[in-house]
Amino acid sequence: MEPFRKLTAIACPFERINVDTNQICPTRFNKLPVNDPYLKKVMFHDQRFTRNGEKKNTQFIFNQDPYTKSEIIVADQNWGIGSSRESAVYALKSFGIRSVIASSFGDIHYNNLTKNGLCPVKLTQNACHDLRQQLVENIGAKITVNLEAMKVIAPNGKEYRFEMHPLKRRCLLEGLDDISLTRKYSEEIQKFEVNHHRSKPFLKIQISN
Amino acid sequence: MGAKTLFEKLWDSHFVTEIDGEHLVYVDRLFIHEGSRHSFSMLRDSNIKPYRIEQIIGFADHYMPTETTVGGVSGVKDPEIRGMLELMEKNTSEFGIRYFGFQDPDQGILHITPPEQGISQPGMVICGADSHTSTHGAFGSLAFGIGASEAGHIMATQCIWQQRPSRLRINIEGSLPFGVYAKDIILGLIAKFGVGLGVGTAIEFSGSCINNLTMEERMTVCNMTIEAAGRMGMIAPDDTTYEYMEERPYIPKGTLWNDAIDYWRTLPTDDGAIFDDEKGLNIDELVPMVTWGTNPGMAVPITGSVPSPDEVYDENQRNEYIKALDYMDLKPDMGIEDIKIDRVFIGSCTNSRIEDLRAAAEVAAKGQAKVQTWVVPGSKSVKRQAEKEGLDKIFLEAGFQWREPGCSLCTALNGDLLKDGERCASTSNRNFVGRQGPNGKTHLVSPAMAAAAAIKGKLTDVRKLG
Repeated sequence: MEPFRKLTAIACPFERINVDTNQICPTRFNKLPVNDPYLKKVMFHDQRFTRNGEKKNTQFIFNQDPYTKSEIIVADQNWGIGSSRESAVYALKSFGIRSVIASSFGDIHYNNLTKNGLCPVKLTQNACHDLRQQLVENIGAKITVNLEAMKVIAPNGKEYRFEMHPLKRRCLLEGLDDISLTRKYSEEIQKFEVNHHRSKPFLKIQISN
Repeated sequence: MGAKTLFEKLWDSHFVTEIDGEHLVYVDRLFIHEGSRHSFSMLRDSNIKPYRIEQIIGFADHYMPTETTVGGVSGVKDPEIRGMLELMEKNTSEFGIRYFGFQDPDQGILHITPPEQGISQPGMVICGADSHTSTHGAFGSLAFGIGASEAGHIMATQCIWQQRPSRLRINIEGSLPFGVYAKDIILGLIAKFGVGLGVGTAIEFSGSCINNLTMEERMTVCNMTIEAAGRMGMIAPDDTTYEYMEERPYIPKGTLWNDAIDYWRTLPTDDGAIFDDEKGLNIDELVPMVTWGTNPGMAVPITGSVPSPDEVYDENQRNEYIKALDYMDLKPDMGIEDIKIDRVFIGSCTNSRIEDLRAAAEVAAKGQAKVQTWVVPGSKSVKRQAEKEGLDKIFLEAGFQWREPGCSLCTALNGDLLKDGERCASTSNRNFVGRQGPNGKTHLVSPAMAAAAAIKGKLTDVRKLG
C-alpha cells in the first residue's frame, strides 16, 4: 500500500451532507476490476457524465477546473454512508483523491479508505465549514493534510488538529499491509482459537443434517 | 467484573489482542458473495491460503438472474454478469469454500439463507462483505458489514482489527398497530433520529415491542441498522430465538444444543449495565411509513404530506431537501397518497422472508396489479415454502410476477433495473439517488404497503383496504 504522510494539494469544497457510496460509485461499476482504466471516470459518474460517458453538467464541481485536479475533498457530515462497496474508494483514488475531510464518516467507508492508502480526517463541523468557506473564496487554494503531525493547514494558515487511531495511522504512515502485521500474531490467534472452541464447542461450524 | 451489556459480552469473548487500543477480534463466520472478487485477488497476489476455510461461506445473490434460472450460469445472457457468477464459482471451488451457488437447492441472499439454515447463531461474531450484515444481530450476535480488503484480511487470518464502538441502547415500547410492520418501526426510528443516529455505535434494540417481535421481524429491524449509520445492531437471544432455530440444518446437535442454549442464556445485558447513550421510541401510535426523499431518514407517515424545505432550520439539511424533492419530482405539501407509481418491488434482504410474502399476499388477494409488480423471494427455501402455501398463485392471480431468488431490484446489479425516471414502491432498504437504476425514484415501504400500492397504482394506506 502507498504510504500517506503529508499532502499539500488542491482541495474541493463539497457542500453536500449524507453523501452515500452509491453516489460516489454507481452500482453498475462495482464489477470493474481495480485496474480498469474507466475507473477514472467513475467517481460521482452519474452527476458528471451521461450514460454513455460523455461529460454533462458543467455546474458539477468535479467537472470544473481546477477541481478536476483535486486531491483533497472537504465534505460535511456523514460522508460515505450506505453500501460497503470498496469500489467507492477505488473510484476516489482513481480520480486522484488522497484525503477526505469530513465531520463524520460511514464506518465501513472510513475503514475502506485507510485500507487503500487514503487518509480520512475527522474535523468538527465548524472547521469543515471554515475550510470550505476559504476554498470558495480562493478557488484552487491548497490545503495541507499532515498525518505525521495530525493537523490540517487551511489556505489562510490556520491549523486544525485531528485524531486518528494509532494503528490506522501507523499503517497509513508506513504503507503497511495489515495481513502481514496480523500474521505476526498467529500464535495468539491459534491460542485464542483453541480456547474459544474448547469452552464453546458449539460455535464451531456444524455439518448440515 | 461488573454488569455487562450484550455487546460487551460478545466483544470480550472474541478479543484476541490489541495494539494501541485497536482490538484484534476473532470472527466465527465470514459471508461473501459474487462481489468479493477483490478479496480473492488479495489472497492470490500475496500467495496466501484462507486460514479457516470452513468458517467462510459464499452466496450467489447480487448477480443472480431473477427472471429465469433455466440454463444455469451459462444461460445468463449478459456476459459481464455471467462473468461475475462464473468467477465466484471458480474462486469458491478453487479455495474449497462452501458455496450456496446458482444451482444449490438452498441458494439465497446472504442475509436470508444463513438464518434459515441455522448458520447465524447467538454468541457469534459474524462479518459479511455487505453492509446489511447487521441483520444477523437479530440472533444476539455481533454482526457487521465490511469492505473487500477487510474480507480478504479475515480470509487470511480469521480476525479483524476494530475499534470498540460506543454502546447505544434503543428502547422500543408498545405493540404494533393493525397494518403496521417491522419495516415501519425502523423507518419511523430513522425518520425520528436521522441517518447519522448510530455513527460509531453498536446498537442494542430492546423493549417490550422488540421482545414480542418474531425472528423475521427482528431481522428486518436489525437489517436497517446500517441505514441509521450503526456499525452493528443486535437483539438479545431468548426463547423466540431458540424456537426459530430448532431443527435447522447447521445448528449444534445433540448435547451441544443444550450446552449452547445454556451459554446463550448468559448473553442478555445484565441489570445495571451501562450504555453510553439511550434513545426511545413508542410505536403504539405508529402509522405505516413511506420515504419521500433520497435517504431512508426522509420518511413520513402514509397519512402525511411531502415536507416543505421551508420548515427545515439547518441550511445544509434544507439544501438536501430541495435536491431530494427535485430528484424525486415532488412538490411540498402534496399528499403522500396522491403519489402515483410505475413499479412495485417486493423483495431484498430487508423484506423477502416468508412472513413478508404472507403479508403481501394477503393484500394482493384484494385486487389486481395496476402497475408492473415483482415478487422476488429471498431464497429458494422461501420460494418453496411460499409455493407450498399457495402464495405464488395468489400473486399470479393478482397479476404480480413471481420470480427467482436474489437481490434483484434492491442493488440493481443483476440487470434488474427501473427504466429511466420510473417511480417504484419498494420493500428494499435504500432510496438513494439512482439506487434502483439511473434516475429511478424509490419509495421505501413495508411488503403490505407495497402490495397495496400495486393494486391501487399509487401509494396507499394499507389499513384502508380492511
